[in-house]
Amino acid sequence: MQRQNPEIYEDRVVVRLVQFSVLWAVLGMAAGVWVAAEFLWPTLDFGQFWLSFGRLRPLHTNAVIFGFGVSALMATGFYSVQRTSHVRLFLPGLAWFCCYAWQLVVLLGGLSLLAGWTSSKEYAELEWPFDIAIALIWVCFGIVFFGTIARRRIRPIYISNWFYGGLIIVIAMLHIVNSLALPVTLDKSYSLYAGAQDAIVQWWYGHNAVGFLLTGGFLGMLYYFLPKQADQPIWSYRLSVVAFWAFTYSYIWAGPHHLHYNAVPEWVQSTAMVMSLVLLAPSWATLINGVMTVSKAWAKLKRDPALKFIVLSLAFYGLATFEGPMMAIRSVNVVSHFTDWTIGHVHSGALGWNAMVTYGTFYFLVPRLVGAELHSTRLANLHFVLALAGTLLYILAMWASGVSQGLLWLSVDRLGELSFGFRDIMAGMRPYYGLRLVAGLLFWGGTLLMAYNLFMTLRGRRTVAVSPPPVAEPWRLERGAAGIATERARA
Amino acid sequence: MNALELHKKIEENAGLLIFGILLVSAIGGLVQVLPSLFQESLSTPLSGTRVYDAVELTGRDIYIREGCHVCHSQQVRPLVAEVERYGPYSRAGEFVYDRPFLWGSKRTGPDLHRIGGKYSDIWHEVHLLDPRQVVPESIMPAYPWLAERPAAGVGDIQAKLRVLRRLGHPYADADIAAAPQRLEGLREIDALIVYLQMLGTGLDADAADAADAHGGH
Repeated sequence: MQRQNPEIYEDRVVVRLVQFSVLWAVLGMAAGVWVAAEFLWPTLDFGQFWLSFGRLRPLHTNAVIFGFGVSALMATGFYSVQRTSHVRLFLPGLAWFCCYAWQLVVLLGGLSLLAGWTSSKEYAELEWPFDIAIALIWVCFGIVFFGTIARRRIRPIYISNWFYGGLIIVIAMLHIVNSLALPVTLDKSYSLYAGAQDAIVQWWYGHNAVGFLLTGGFLGMLYYFLPKQADQPIWSYRLSVVAFWAFTYSYIWAGPHHLHYNAVPEWVQSTAMVMSLVLLAPSWATLINGVMTVSKAWAKLKRDPALKFIVLSLAFYGLATFEGPMMAIRSVNVVSHFTDWTIGHVHSGALGWNAMVTYGTFYFLVPRLVGAELHSTRLANLHFVLALAGTLLYILAMWASGVSQGLLWLSVDRLGELSFGFRDIMAGMRPYYGLRLVAGLLFWGGTLLMAYNLFMTLRGRRTVAVSPPPVAEPWRLERGAAGIATERARA
Repeated sequence: MNALELHKKIEENAGLLIFGILLVSAIGGLVQVLPSLFQESLSTPLSGTRVYDAVELTGRDIYIREGCHVCHSQQVRPLVAEVERYGPYSRAGEFVYDRPFLWGSKRTGPDLHRIGGKYSDIWHEVHLLDPRQVVPESIMPAYPWLAERPAAGVGDIQAKLRVLRRLGHPYADADIAAAPQRLEGLREIDALIVYLQMLGTGLDADAADAADAHGGH
C-alpha cells in the first residue's frame, strides 16, 4: 500500500483521554470532599441511599483510581509508546475503543455502586458484568500497546514501556484471579473464595493494584516525562532496569501485610512483612534515579510549574514508599491497622505522588499537543501551592487522628481494664476530620484551577500533527512493508 | 551468556519482556497465595460455625450493599485490648461460609465481629434508623429506607442459595424450598438485625482456647 501522507502519531486519542482524566479528577475528588464532610455532618446524605457514605466512598476511590488514574495512564502510555517506538499507534481504532469503552465502564460502574451493586472487595467493588468488560478492554489496551512496541523502528524498548507493560500484564492477572465469582443475578455474585482465603486473594490484588497501577504505572509516566522535562537523560539506565525487576518480583508478596494479626497463617504475614521491607530498596533506587536526573536541571525548576509538580511528586513518592514498609512491620501495624493513618498513607501516595506527577505531566503535555503556550503559568503556580498545602494538611491530620486512634484503642490501665471507650475516642477525632475536609477542599480547588487552565489551553485548537523522526544507525530497526522487522540479529 | 547479554535480549524483544514480567510477578502469588488456597485449616469450619440461613444471608447482603464494611471491621485481633473491648479474637474457621469476607480495613465505627447478642433488636432498629438517638456522638449515617423495603426484594434468595450450594455450602433442598417463605413479611431492617445478632456467636470460646493451647490454629 502506497501512503500519500507521511505517517503521523495518533495524538487525538491522547487529548481526549487527558480531558476525561481531568473530568474524573474533578468529579472523583468532589466525591472525596463530600464523604470527608459526612464525617463531620453525618446527615449530609439527606436520607438518600445513593449519597450514603458506604456507597459514596467506593465511588470516590473508583472514580479517582480508574477514572482519573487509568485514563491518565492510557493517555500518557499511548503518547510515550509512540515516541519511544518511533511509530504510529498500532490499531488506532482500537485505542479509541479503549478510550470510550473505559469511560463508559467508569460511568456506569460508578452509578452501579450508588445503586448498591458491589462485591465489597476494596478497589474491586464493581460487580461481575463490569469485571468482564474491564478484562476485555484491558486486553485491547494490551494489544494496542504491545502491538506498537512490536512494530517499533528502534531496537531497545525504553524503560517507561516496561512499567506500562507491567501495569497491563500484572493488573490483568490480578483482576481476573481476584474477580472470579459465580453470578446470581446481574447485580450480585458470590466470590469463588471464602473467608480467610478470600482475604488473602483480595489483598494480593488490593496491594498490587496499588503496586502495579498506582506505583508502577505512574513510574512509567515518570520515566518518560521526567527526563523530557528536565531535558536530561535518566541518571542511571542500569539502575532503572535493576529496580524494575526487583520491584516486579518483590511487590507481589507484600499484600498480606494488610492482614497482620488477622486470622491468616503467621508465615503468610511474615513473608509479606519481610518482602515489604525488601521493597524499600527498589522503590528508593527509583527515587534516587529520579532525583539525580533532575539535579542537573535545578535552574529550570524555578520557573516551570510542570517540573515543580513532578519533583514534588518524587518527594511524596519517597515518603509514601518509606512509610509503607514501616507500616508493614507487625509491631507498627498493630497501631496503624484499621485507623486513619492508613487513609493518610494512601493519600500521601494518591495526592502527593499520583495526582502531582499527573498534574505535572498534563501541564507539560497539553500545550505541546496543541502547539501553544499554557494559558496561565500563574494559575499553575497557584495550583502548585494549593496542592502542596492540601496534601501536607491531609497527611498531618490523618497522622494525628490515626496514631491517636491506634494508641488509645490499645491502651489498658494497670488493672488490665480499657482506658478509653470507643465512642470517646471517635468523638475526639472531630477536629482532625475538620482539617482533613479543609485539606480536601484546597486540593480539589487546585484541581479545578488546572481543569480551567487546560480547558483554556485546548480551546479552539487542533492537535498538532507530529511525524516520527528518523532513527540513527546503531539503533535503527529496519522493517518491511508489513511492518515486520526484516532482520533481527545485530549486524 | 552473562546476565547483561541476556538482558540485552529482553530489552529488544517484546515477547520476552511480556513473558519475563509474567514470570517474575507470578512467583510471589504461586508461593504465598496459592498454598493458602489449599490449606485445610483455613477452610474447615469450627464446631459451632454454620451456613447462613435465608434471612441471615439476606441481612448480610444488605450489609454489603450499604457498605457497612467500609467503616466496620469484622476481625477481632488477638490483642489484650481488642479481646477486652470486643470479645474472643477471630478464628479463620469462623469465616468459611463468608463469601466475600468482610474483615474490612477501617474502623471508623467499632468492630462488629462479636456484636451478636450485645444489644437488643429494638436498640439496633432505633440505631439504624437514627443513630444519634441512642449514641449522641455517633457519626454513622441513618438508613431510613431499610424500614420501607421488604426483605424479599433483596435479590432472588433461592438462586443465591443454589449458587452457594454449588460453591460447597451445605444447604438442603428443603432449606432452598422454604427460603422465600422465611422472608415473607420481613423488612430489610429485620433481616439485617437478624444477621447482626448472629454475628460471631458460633464460637465456643473455651473450646477454641483449649484447641489453641494444644497447638491448633
